[in-house]
Amino acid sequence: MYGWGIIKTLGMTLYHFLMTYVEDFRAWIGGIRKRTATSGQEEPSSGIFTIQYPNERRDLPENYRNLPFFVIDAKTSQLRCTACGICAQICPVQCIWIERAKEPETGRPRRYPVTYYLDISLCMSCGFCAEFCPFDAIKMDHDFEIAAYRRPGFVSAKDLAKPESYDAKIHPSDYVSKAQSQPEGQTGE
Amino acid sequence: MVEMINDMPAEVWRELDAHFPGVLHPAQPPERGDAASYPQGGEHRMTHSVSRSVLQNRPRYEGVLVHARHLLPVLRFLRDTLGYVMLSSLTAADYPEAIGQLAPHIDVVYHLFRLEGGGYVVLHVHTSRDGAVLPSVTPEFPSANLQEREVYDMFGVQFEGHPDLRRLLMWEGFDGYPLRKDWREAYYEEEHKPFRSRFPDGGNPLYAEERTPYHANIRYSQEFADSPVQKEEDFSEADALLYARMLSADRDSDKPLKTEEMILNMGPQHPSTHGVFRMAVRLDGETVQHLEPVFGYLHRCHEKIGERNTWLQNIPYTDRLDYINGMTNNLAYCLAMEKLLGWEVPERAEVIRIIMAEFSRVVNHVLAAGFFSNEIGMYFTGSLYALEERELVLDLFEAAAGGRMMFNYMRPGGVARDLPPGWIDRAKALVHERLPKKVKQMQSFLLDNEIVRARSVDVGVLSAHEAVASGVSGPVLRACGVPYDVRRAEPYGIYDRFDFDVVTREHGDAFDRVALRFDEVWESLRILGQALDAVPEGPIQSHRLSPKMLIPPGETYARIEAPKGELGFYLVSDGGANPYRYHIRATSLLNLTPLSALTRGVKIADVVSILGSIDLTMGEVDR
Repeated sequence: MYGWGIIKTLGMTLYHFLMTYVEDFRAWIGGIRKRTATSGQEEPSSGIFTIQYPNERRDLPENYRNLPFFVIDAKTSQLRCTACGICAQICPVQCIWIERAKEPETGRPRRYPVTYYLDISLCMSCGFCAEFCPFDAIKMDHDFEIAAYRRPGFVSAKDLAKPESYDAKIHPSDYVSKAQSQPEGQTGE
Repeated sequence: MVEMINDMPAEVWRELDAHFPGVLHPAQPPERGDAASYPQGGEHRMTHSVSRSVLQNRPRYEGVLVHARHLLPVLRFLRDTLGYVMLSSLTAADYPEAIGQLAPHIDVVYHLFRLEGGGYVVLHVHTSRDGAVLPSVTPEFPSANLQEREVYDMFGVQFEGHPDLRRLLMWEGFDGYPLRKDWREAYYEEEHKPFRSRFPDGGNPLYAEERTPYHANIRYSQEFADSPVQKEEDFSEADALLYARMLSADRDSDKPLKTEEMILNMGPQHPSTHGVFRMAVRLDGETVQHLEPVFGYLHRCHEKIGERNTWLQNIPYTDRLDYINGMTNNLAYCLAMEKLLGWEVPERAEVIRIIMAEFSRVVNHVLAAGFFSNEIGMYFTGSLYALEERELVLDLFEAAAGGRMMFNYMRPGGVARDLPPGWIDRAKALVHERLPKKVKQMQSFLLDNEIVRARSVDVGVLSAHEAVASGVSGPVLRACGVPYDVRRAEPYGIYDRFDFDVVTREHGDAFDRVALRFDEVWESLRILGQALDAVPEGPIQSHRLSPKMLIPPGETYARIEAPKGELGFYLVSDGGANPYRYHIRATSLLNLTPLSALTRGVKIADVVSILGSIDLTMGEVDR
């Protein structure tokens, strides 16, 4: 029959629309909303698909990456960074500026940075710096709500630093496996 | 004989040598001093390749060197006698340094394939850098059309006999030829990354645009500066050139009704053009007389940036080419690097790669069909149903790779991260339960819809012969009835182990191109079902990567069947930490080659339908 396809298509749209209310009704009867603030990935097979951000949020997977942060070691309360510069070499947009500290008398290099800038307005969150850091001093963050009224400009390592406990929170399984595989006292001075 | 790293068949070489004695040379660097034995002919002086390091230690230079005068006969012979009908990739590389008695030159590279499958034949043609002139092959090989324009744009090689040799990506009046090695950009800092200012005595952070303020970063060529057109506001003059050409092209002198024609610009901002694509159309009433695609609005110097980057740094950039299919872009680039490195990939990584690539194909095809419905006027409803399924696949990608579109997931020798626990079960649930149901639903409401049929059946018919000649690939080619799929024609990875069919349709119209995408989704689901059952345990990376990894000198062309078609990477390494030449054979760009011919004589509304059925991503077209 001519026009049947159109009716079917319109019917499908109508079905989706109505199921939204059916799902709401079910949730009301059941006393729960289908998606809570920490709901995972159970996709609805009918009804509305959208997550009502910011009231509802998806759980971010552990591998999620957005902007790097620097880890403050729990034992020493210092940045783990040893200014080896591998992150500055691998960074595809070259948004990392780093200068290694020197001993004032001898001029010999020390294993911590004097300056460490990361231009987060350039950063493309590729995660190479965290992947290639041999000291686990730089990690990828889960914080994606970074809108600001003005350009944040360069951010020094201290501004972007977060404690080790935060790293353990957002990367639980990675943190546990690293802690098991690494011997003590490998993280800088 | 000649050692070659690709599998150019020996009989092809013998045939060529027999037919063109003394014309072709295996592009193997001769011993020093041997170069004099190469013929020095005519105005196109043929020099031997390449940079100094290459001459000394580059044994892996592929293919044959052809004299410019013999280029067309050789190409014809390859096409008509040996069956190399697909002139797939045409690009160039600049070698600015004189090597001994050899002059600096530009090396134009042609890659040809057979429809029956197998490896490529590479032709190299050398031309001098000053007044670079080569014969155009476009009149006989339409697939060279846009690519020759790109080489002209980027290297300044004049192609004699090209019907419309204008710049492709840069604007008219742009100063210089950007991909020549001695051209420097406005924000030029250093030849190669990593930049020295970053480490160890750097510590001098500076916004790039503070060094080169806006307006000071534009240079005009001398001839353009002398002309009255020299301000940004006067760019309409360049358009006037385009319009003048359009008014003269494809004149139909015995039109029954002498009506007034008009030139209409669709785009660059137009909801149906997938971004910033512009089509200048000459209209007679509602009928398209001539259509001229205008590129370059999203050009972001991908290849120039790529030649500044180190090898690994390019991986996240490839995500941004065809941003729907970051996974397959990663894969193609990593395969090319692996070919140069000669690395093996662990079994587990191979299977993961195939899972990711096929999920990417499902997403792309469902989305392409969804956006097609958007373009023919269903507005966003159809697209949103496609986006629902895409979300779920992106959740899987995100759990594995960390990003939803910018994956940066593949590495030479494996993949970056292992699959998290439970990933395979989630993927299986999606592949076996949800996707078949939803794809079937979408297929029925799109393909059975009378309006979709009325707008797409018999619209934009591309014949098989035309399709092969004009270099289209992927679903667009298969919809014309050509069963050509790189996964079968030249299997990469472990595709040869999976059971799937290369689906085709016969008519080659817009409807077939959309319908074929659904057919391919079913094949992809078949592959996914097999692959998800066969993920072995084991390592995911065969080598330890270092930030400044070196790749042995050589050149290669690696291609995959990306969702949109054949995606190829042409890489030249001089043994350093950066690609010497980094070229992308962009699927979407090549698939647009027949657009002008396809749209001749159709109604203006059908242009949108045809463009939607070709399925392009501007990120890849303009790079």
